[in-house]
Amino acid sequence: MKYRFVLLFFIFLSLSFKDIKAQSYQDPQHHACLKCHSNQSYSFNNEVTGKIVKRLMNPYYILDTIAISAGVHKQFDCTDCHSSEYKTYPHKSDLKLQPLSSCIDCHGGDASFAKYKFEEIEREFKKSVHFKVYGENFNCSKCHSQHTYVATARNSSNVLDIVDYNNKMCLSCHNDMKKYKMVSGHDNPKLVVIHDWLPNQELHFRHVRCIECHTEVVDSLMVSHNILSKDHAVRKCVECHSANSKLKASLYKYQNLQKRSENGTISSILTNSSYTIGTHQSPLLKLLSIIIFLAVLTGIIIHGAFRIFKKKQ
Amino acid sequence: MGTTEKIYFYPLWLRIWHGFNALGIIILIFTGISMQSSFDTPIIGFNLIVNLHNIAGIVVFISYLFYFTGNLATSNGKYYKIKRKGFFSNLIKQGNYYVLGMFQGEKSPFPISEKRKFNPLQKFIYVIVMYLAVPVVIVTGIALLFPEIIIDKAWGISGVFMTAILHSAMGFFISIFLIIHLYIASVGKSPLDNYKGIINGWHHI
Repeated sequence: MKYRFVLLFFIFLSLSFKDIKAQSYQDPQHHACLKCHSNQSYSFNNEVTGKIVKRLMNPYYILDTIAISAGVHKQFDCTDCHSSEYKTYPHKSDLKLQPLSSCIDCHGGDASFAKYKFEEIEREFKKSVHFKVYGENFNCSKCHSQHTYVATARNSSNVLDIVDYNNKMCLSCHNDMKKYKMVSGHDNPKLVVIHDWLPNQELHFRHVRCIECHTEVVDSLMVSHNILSKDHAVRKCVECHSANSKLKASLYKYQNLQKRSENGTISSILTNSSYTIGTHQSPLLKLLSIIIFLAVLTGIIIHGAFRIFKKKQ
Repeated sequence: MGTTEKIYFYPLWLRIWHGFNALGIIILIFTGISMQSSFDTPIIGFNLIVNLHNIAGIVVFISYLFYFTGNLATSNGKYYKIKRKGFFSNLIKQGNYYVLGMFQGEKSPFPISEKRKFNPLQKFIYVIVMYLAVPVVIVTGIALLFPEIIIDKAWGISGVFMTAILHSAMGFFISIFLIIHLYIASVGKSPLDNYKGIINGWHHI
């Protein structure tokens, strides 16, 4: 009898572990929330009619479980942020009205997150055109999905990946008629048309982030969050295409850090300032060109002086 | 001038090409340097400089095609044929003449004649400039006008970066050539004679 209890205890324990495993995002079909929220459709027992009903899931509530598993918040379960009452279905209607935690609620005032400077980001964000237009309703998640967020800019060594990840944040609204209109109240302008003045548009869009031109650079932050209105965006080529490029204080801040910490490869040093024009982006070639120019000039002056001298003789 | 012998070395088509080429190259050099040093003023803006550089580049490209065809179609092309025999010694001879000989009253080792328009050193430099540096600067320039056609990376280095470096390095080389070209042109019958020659077509010997 005593052994039976021990056996039952172990069976219960193994089942509980199974339940813990079932909460993992790796196995959405057995996850209480994701078995519906990772699919295009969901089924439930309609207690009124007594029938099983199958319905389409609201596309905005379908979650990418692979992206969640790679995101910075992967260790949290849904009900760590959303109410535990969501575990029952149909969900109670007033649950939607409950406020969700904001980023600052967890990240603010915490020494372990101090390096990300969440408070300063919030102060900068409140100066931005996004806050001016939409107020408190424009929260962090409008750009940074808490479900799938990955700190690409800090971790990726590939500039193109950083640019792509970052620009997708902007495009998720600025290239989406419904989302853009909800926030701004008017139709979204065609990005290709309003950037018509920009030479080599496609190349720029692939190699630099929107925020390079559309934010005010703040030295103390890795990414400035003061998104400027389009009238204040950078339109001058030289702001980036010069030795004193704006990019050094924005996109290439990361590269510079990597270069310092990893001693960088030759190619990363070479490509680090390829946004400047001409051979002077390479200090060695710059020095060489000045030496050659001065040598030629000196040669000509000496030769010319000798010719004049000879003629006078 | 007091010269009796003169040769009609520079036919009209060549002078037209030379004029367009010179004007284009000078604009390219100045605008190129301006872009490199991020020159930007309210009157002459960076965009204007970039546009000027692009237009001058296209002018030089078209005039180069004209020059290239002209050299194929007329007898002018033969003056660029380099002789293998005594190649290095001839270069040294001409170099020595410019550095020492001409000050010691020596006669030019390769006097200009109907058959020899350029001395060996001049010919060598012209071939390098016109058949290597200018084509490279044109090809890289066209690539930079349409940067999406440039390969992204080669040996881990950005394709655009390498093209830009090659373009401006060749541009620099051509600028240095121009300075020397303009100076050496003053070594003629009289200091201004060769400059007049490229306008009226006649070279005095």
